Amino acid sequence: MDTVLTLAADNLLSPLILFFALGVLAALARSDLTIPEAAAKTLSLYLLFAIGFKGGVSVSGHGVDGDLVASMLAGTVLSFSLPFVAFAMLRVTTGLSVVDAAAVAGHYGSISIVTFVAATSVLESAGIASEGYLVAVAAIMEAPAILSALWIAARFSADTGNPVDARDRQGLLREILLNGSIVLLIGSFLIGYITGEDGLVEIESFVVSPFKGVLCLFLLDMGLVAGRGLRSSAKHLRPGLIGFGLLMPVVGAGAGLLGASLVGLSVGGTLLLMTLSASASYIAVPAAMRVALPEANPSIYLTMSLGITFPFNLTVGIPLYLSVARAVGG
Amino acid sequence: MHTTRAKRVEIIIEAPMESRLTNVLDRSGVTGYTVLPVLGGSGQSGRWTREGQVSSAGGMVAIVCILRTERLDAMLDAVFDVVERHIGVVSITDCDVVRAERF
Repeated sequence: MDTVLTLAADNLLSPLILFFALGVLAALARSDLTIPEAAAKTLSLYLLFAIGFKGGVSVSGHGVDGDLVASMLAGTVLSFSLPFVAFAMLRVTTGLSVVDAAAVAGHYGSISIVTFVAATSVLESAGIASEGYLVAVAAIMEAPAILSALWIAARFSADTGNPVDARDRQGLLREILLNGSIVLLIGSFLIGYITGEDGLVEIESFVVSPFKGVLCLFLLDMGLVAGRGLRSSAKHLRPGLIGFGLLMPVVGAGAGLLGASLVGLSVGGTLLLMTLSASASYIAVPAAMRVALPEANPSIYLTMSLGITFPFNLTVGIPLYLSVARAVGG
Repeated sequence: MHTTRAKRVEIIIEAPMESRLTNVLDRSGVTGYTVLPVLGGSGQSGRWTREGQVSSAGGMVAIVCILRTERLDAMLDAVFDVVERHIGVVSITDCDVVRAERF
């Protein structure tokens, strides 16, 4: 218990969290502090590029083995199945409609790459190694949850209007699988794998040293967005929804722990798979839901994933999951 | 200068729907349209700004299309299939254009 508290305290006083908190507070105080849209996009591209490249370099050092395939399979199963757990919890504990609950559930099966990046940063600070290929697992976990959410909505709701037809669904899938973030993440991963340590040495000063500083700036922006979302959508946050937003990540992390144990991941890899399973999407899934389930209220799912679950994972979740991963993995 | 009466259709719709709508416009035979970014606004879901979104997918775009009056109904029928279930506004105003052959 002491370890958890120590880790949580260290984490809370890290620049990453303090910059995120600054953003939230600035937004709640209605400050005019903003990160220009194009700059925020650039920061996000940098983080995807750096995390993908470093993951690829790590895999090039250790080689591709059966664990990679098993991890990707575990990630796919987790992403497909977590929305069903989330949907059942939402229907039991909240008064959300089927469509809203399905949309929220889809977010909790998919992942937040920034939470993943923050977890890798915590691992680096603690000097704990992890399997580099989990970057590819992160990419593969984006989409299956969306299919589960659409299936849930179609199966349990009579009021979803015109269902998404086959051509639209195909177009939607193509957009999800080829969205810029995934292409950059996987592309950088492959380039890192091909070029290996030599490639890393060439661009190390760009992808390694500035990484945490850029992440701080990006988290400042995320804090601003989360704070603005909380300010404008607080009326949607009923106690049941807040409870779900705090409990579901822990449930997801438990499922991730099970998956990591079955695959046999290291302590660092276990933390990353737990974090992926615990995180909720706020980029890919909201866009997909706007196209496929427009009846669902975006204020609910965005505020929950970005305003509740993201800060929870960042501040309390990651240290908690690391403690559990250490206890289980020795 | 000689001018010709035409219709100006302005559609404000969620950014993720932009390509679906412009594909429909292309297929419906309109000769052109303009896509504009939307900075923010207020509606049934409350106030929002583009800066408050975590990605551009959370924003809105405005699509402006000018066409001959006789093409309006066919174009609106096609557009309605896309916008029916989504947040947004479709407005139609009269306008005058020079070089009518372009529309």
